[in-house]
Order: sequence, then C-alpha cells, then structure tokens
Amino acid sequence: MCLAIPGRIVSLDPDEPGEATAEIGGVRRRVNVDLLREEGVGPGDWILVHVGFALSKVGEEEAREQLRLLAMLGEDGVPEPDPGGGEGGDPDATY
Amino acid sequence: MRHIDVYRNSDLIAGLLGRIRRQVDPARTYRIMEVCGGHTHAFHRFGLPDLLPSNVELIHGPGCPVCVLPRGRIDQGLAMAEEPGVILTAFGDMMRVPGTLGSPLRARASGRDVRAVYSPIDALRLAEANPDRRVVFFAIGFETTAPATALTVLLARRKRVENVSVFCNHVRIVPALEALLAPPGAGLDGMIGPGHVSTVIGSLAYEFIPRDHGIPVVVSGFEPLDLLQAVLLLIERINEGRADLVNAYRRAVPDGGNAAALAAMDRVFEERDSFEWRGLGRIPWSALRLREEFADLDAERWFPPPDAGDGAPDDSPCGRVLRGLMRPTSCPLFGGECSPEHPIGALMVSSEGACAAYHAYRRGEPAAT
Amino acid sequence: MSRLPRSPIIEMADGAGGKASRRLVEGTIVPLLGDAWKGTLADSAVLDIGPGRLAMTTDAFVVRPLRFPGGSIGELAVNGTVNDLAMAGAGPVALVAALVIEEGTAVETVEAELRALGEAAGRAGVPVVGGDTKVVEHGKGDGLYVSTTGLGRVLEGVALGPDRVREGDRVLLSGPIGDHGITILLARGEVDLEADLRSDSRPVWPLVRPLLEEDPGAVRWLRDPTRGGVASALNELARDRGLAVVLEEAAIPVREPVRGACELLGLDPLHVANEGQFLAVVAPGAADRLLDRLRSIPGGEGAAIVGTLREGPARAVLAETPYGGTRIVDLLEGDPLPRIC
Ligand code: SF4
Repeated sequence: MCLAIPGRIVSLDPDEPGEATAEIGGVRRRVNVDLLREEGVGPGDWILVHVGFALSKVGEEEAREQLRLLAMLGEDGVPEPDPGGGEGGDPDATY
Repeated sequence: MRHIDVYRNSDLIAGLLGRIRRQVDPARTYRIMEVCGGHTHAFHRFGLPDLLPSNVELIHGPGCPVCVLPRGRIDQGLAMAEEPGVILTAFGDMMRVPGTLGSPLRARASGRDVRAVYSPIDALRLAEANPDRRVVFFAIGFETTAPATALTVLLARRKRVENVSVFCNHVRIVPALEALLAPPGAGLDGMIGPGHVSTVIGSLAYEFIPRDHGIPVVVSGFEPLDLLQAVLLLIERINEGRADLVNAYRRAVPDGGNAAALAAMDRVFEERDSFEWRGLGRIPWSALRLREEFADLDAERWFPPPDAGDGAPDDSPCGRVLRGLMRPTSCPLFGGECSPEHPIGALMVSSEGACAAYHAYRRGEPAAT
Repeated sequence: MSRLPRSPIIEMADGAGGKASRRLVEGTIVPLLGDAWKGTLADSAVLDIGPGRLAMTTDAFVVRPLRFPGGSIGELAVNGTVNDLAMAGAGPVALVAALVIEEGTAVETVEAELRALGEAAGRAGVPVVGGDTKVVEHGKGDGLYVSTTGLGRVLEGVALGPDRVREGDRVLLSGPIGDHGITILLARGEVDLEADLRSDSRPVWPLVRPLLEEDPGAVRWLRDPTRGGVASALNELARDRGLAVVLEEAAIPVREPVRGACELLGLDPLHVANEGQFLAVVAPGAADRLLDRLRSIPGGEGAAIVGTLREGPARAVLAETPYGGTRIVDLLEGDPLPRIC
C-alpha cells in the first residue's frame, strides 16, 4: 500500500534541520528525517524512505535476528546470511 | 542492496517453502488476506503464488489507496485542474486512474497542467518556483503517507508559501479493516498485516483483530522471505487454532509506531465523520481532512466540491474484489472490457490493484472462483 | 569559423527560406557538421551504392532535456537511426537530418547539437548527405526536434525476422539495461534524485556486425529495446511469433543505480528505455559461441544470455526467479511513472 525502501544517511544538511541526503541503492536523494528526531539519526544509519520522508530506522539487530530465525525455519542448514548480503556497487550486479 | 537482497536469498526461500509445504494440512483451505496492495504486488512480482500449496488462498484486501478512492473524488481533483492558473500535482500512481470523465493523464493531454511528483515536498518546491501559479497537491494514501503531507503543510506554513494547497484524500487503515471484518466478513482464516503503514501506527493497532475477530495477524515486510515467513507463521497459527498478533517486520516496525509522525498528523489533520470508500461504502471516522487552522492550505476550501456519493457499499465487481469476495479473474469484465489500456476500475490501473497484478503477472490463468 | 547569425537566439526569419535561412544553413549548420557532411545543398542527394539489399528507416527525436549525462538529442538522432538499420542487419550508408527549432532557442544550443550530430555520425561512420531546417513559433516546441532518415546496406546472407525464430532459441542481451531511461528521468529533475549514471547511447553496429559475420544463419531476430524497454521488444516478438519468451531474471544485467532508482520509484528495469543495447535471438547451438564473440568486442563485455524461446504459454513473456517462481512480464502502458504505492 506504500512503497518504502531502505537507504543509508550520507549526511545531515547543516542549513536545514530535518533534511538529510540519503543513498538508496546507488541513488542519492534529499530525505526529510524530521519524523526520527526523537530517536536521532546520523550518517551511516539505515532508514526506511517513503515519498521522500524517513519513516523509521532499520534495526540491524532486528534484521539479524529475523535472518537467524529464517535460516533456522528452513531446516536445511543454510548458513545465516548478513543483512548486507549482495551489497557493494558491483557494476554488473544482476537484478 | 543492503536490507533487500538478503531477503531474496534463493536457498532460504526454498527452505521456507519446504517448511510451508510440510506444515499445511491438505484436508483444509487457508484463506489468508494480504491487506496491503503492496503485498499483492510483491507476491506476484516475485512469482510466489504458484509456489505455495494450492490450498493456501491469497485474498486481496483494500490496502490500495488509489483503488479505494471513489471516482467522484478523482473528478473533484480534475475539476480543480480546470481552474485558471492551477498546477495539479499527484503521485504517478494516480495519473492513469479513471474518474467518470477521464484520468489525470487525459486531462494533461487536453491541456491542463497536471504533473506527477514523487513527494509532497516536490509540490511545495514547485509552488515556490512558480509564485504566480496555484499548486494543488492531490494527496492520497494511508497513515504511511499522511505524515509526509502533514510535514509539508507545516513547512508551507513556516515558509509562508501561500500558493500551495492540499486536496486531502488520506484514509485510515483501521476503520477500513473494521468495516471489512464486520459481519458477514470475508471468511478469513488469517491476515498479513500491512508493513509500512505500521511504521507509523505501530503493530499494536491490529490487536483488536485476534481479540474481536478470532484470527491471527502477522505484520510483514515486502520481500519474498518476509512474505513467506508471514504465510508460514499464519499457517502454524491457523493449524493450532491460535489467534494472536505477531510483528514479523521488527527491523522497520516499532510496536508502538512513530510518535512524531502521529503528532504531526494530529497537528494538521482531523478525522472526517465519514468518508466514502470505493467498494466498502461510507465508513465513519475513516479519513482525514485539514484542520480549520490550515483552511488556507486546503484545496477543498479553495474550490468547494459538490456533494457526491450516496454512501451505499457498491456492488460493482470492483467492490466485491476490494472486499475479498471475488477474485479479479472471476470478474466478467476482466481482460475484456476492462484492461490496463481501457480500465473500468482503479483496481486495473494502480500498480497495487489486484486486477492489475493479475493482468500483469498472471494473465491466462484459468478463472478461479 | 562559425559565423553566427546576428542574434544569439533563433528567430522566425532563420527558417523562412531567405537570407537568414541561408546564413544559418551555410554559415552554421554545414560547418558544424564537420567531416560528416557529404551533401551538396541541392534538393536531393544522389548516391551511388552498388548492388545488394537496402534498409531504410526514419525516426523523430524529442527529448527533454536536450542534453543529459552521456548524450544529447543530436547524438541520439544519429545513434537511434543507425541502430534501427543495424537491427535489420544493415550497416549505415547515408543519413539525412531535419531540424525543427523553436523560435527563441539559443543559437549556442543548436550549434552544440549540430556538433554532437556531426561527431556521432563520424563515430558511426555514416555521412550526412542532406537536411532541412524549419523554425516554429516560440512555445510550439521543446527547443529542438530532430528527425533523421537513414539508408543502410544489408549484410549478405542475413535473414532476420520473427518468422525465423524457433522454439529453443536463446535470447542474447548486449549489456546492462535501463541506463538511458533512468538517466533521462533523473536529468529532468522532477524526482530530485542523483546518481552516477550515463545514457548508454551508442551505435551498436560495431557489436552486431561481427555476430552476423561470424554466423549469419544463426542470428534470427534483432531488436533494440528503446522505449518500452526489453519487455516491450520481447512482447512484440512473442506476439508476432506465437511463442513464449522465458527470461531468467537473475541473468539480466542491471547496474546498481538503475536498480536502486527502480526500487525507489517502483519501476521495472525491463520497462526502462535503452539507446545502446540490442537483443538477439540466436540458434541454441550457436548461443555460447556468439556470446563469447560479443564479449570479446570492446563495449560487449556486459553481454549475457538472458532467456529462451519456449512453446508456451503462447504470446507471453515470462520471468523466472532463481527460486522457481514465474511472473508475466507485460507491456508497459505509456511512460514509466514513479509510484509511491
Ligand atoms: S476487472 Fe475491472 S471492472 Fe472487474 S473488478 Fe477489476 S477493475 Fe473492476
């Protein structure tokens, strides 16, 4: 019902509080992070972006937890992957 | 891409599918509703429905803001574009959606200034760049999108931008679910809770579903592994007869939601006592409008609309699909009179619409009941 | 050496056929085309082209903005047309170009595009043998429209077309998709995104020719997936031929920023336009050899075998996911629009 995608904060805008630049799969966009001011965000944090606004922080610990569970559920002895799997600007990355 | 690719891991997907196959009881069916159109789209995009056991039936819910918008509201928005000096901005999703007199794209083709934007902020920037024009933002979306509109309104106020206004069509998910689940209901065994709206309202918002309606809810993300995990958790619960609420999208969804987002919405919007939904009819307290304080930024006060809609749940095929009572492929118009080139209902044009998803990804599948 | 018309902007008189017109054509256009210009300014070009089959194509170019990372309208106007010839198995022989300029457009802009057109023609090895210029009133055009018509000679022994395609044939793709369409989308500035991305605009004949020479009979169908992307090109084939095209989703090369932009804007890379790639349907037995050949050519390193022709479901394009799911890849209705749902 709403497309949102994880991105990483590159920098906070020093002139406009609440504005940041985020990188989302090799694309940069200005993102409003005002809704996360209580938790506080900074460069390197992963956020979930919807229509140019950050809605929540992507929790690394929770992600790892879920992947651990998923690896276990499969029961096929698949090694537990890292949330960053597949990352890295490989120019020939497939989709 | 981090936090995406790993949830498309083939080995894990295969493992989870195996687990699901072992868990299903062949003697029964599992009617699972994915509330969110984004989930519908994702299921099809990743080719998952074919991989699930055939007695797991996915029912599409009303979580597509474009599909539930009555045609009268689209007509109203397009009427605003007729006013002199107006630039009508809308999300790309809206551009092909038909009102009674055509779509925003058609209005553009006949000379109206209608533009697609990615963010409400882009509409505000457009207003700043065109001080001699009046920019109307056709706001749609559930509580996921409403905070973005709210912050944009507050920003417009702070920057004293006066030539921008919001045509507010924001709707609330919980009243829609209540309407859907109210007797006679759609005969569901479980529900996949929408993911992104929950970042704002929190997963706890669905507590009433297991409690009052006796079916389990699993809040899920949008990647193949998220979706399969939700299906598995639901099947386990349905087998055990356990109705509870699980937040399986913890990496993004806090149980309590986003307080700042809720506060921004509360600051800018108030609930309408009633709003018409396509297919579901009028639902009390199900939509938002700008508070009196922001009347100067409210497009409905710039251009007061005529009263529209009689409020009866419509019994058109679209309405039945939206309520989970009929599959798109069972609609007599599907693929013939109604197609993406000549859509009759928004369900056929919105990328999240169940009919569009079936048409795009599952054409040729025998019509099921 | 370019003698500017007296005004820094184009005026109606420049296209009226009088003195100003002549000054524009002789003083600006012809010199800027440089060595690529082989015309005479007579009403028609007369070509001596010898025996063989000819291919002829025409295309009109409208693009906003006129310049974008990795290309511009002048360059596209050459590459687009020579690529259409290449898809018929033809090397370019001659090109004519028509410009429709909006009154008020900076002369500088027109000059830059003419230079780009001349250089692109040089790179593609095709002479420009004639042209025309018209000026339309201010507000009646997007600065500049270019239309080009190309003539090409079909390589001997080549027979291409949907009727030659057989079940079991493989689909070859020349490189990563979506670069052009996403570059243009970002260059328009409407979605406020930035990425290190360039249009893939280039002539593909240098990649196609060696394949055809290697084994003319094994190459059965060629198409450049421009507007509507790979999905549209293959859907047309599937419909024309009554077969299914089954893509292996994981094999389709897509660069990271294109993927990122598509995820963010809810687009499918298969629907995004390309200006420097081509699809080839080839005989199954020759596929690996032709792929190796393509990869050995500079600019062909990113090529991949991405799919197979199957009997059914007839007239459809399917994508198979690595975990065994399939979905239908449909035609796109109109232009890709960013979506939020
Ligand atoms: S096929 Fe068309 S008319 Fe039928 S339910 Fe879907 S959108 Fe409505």
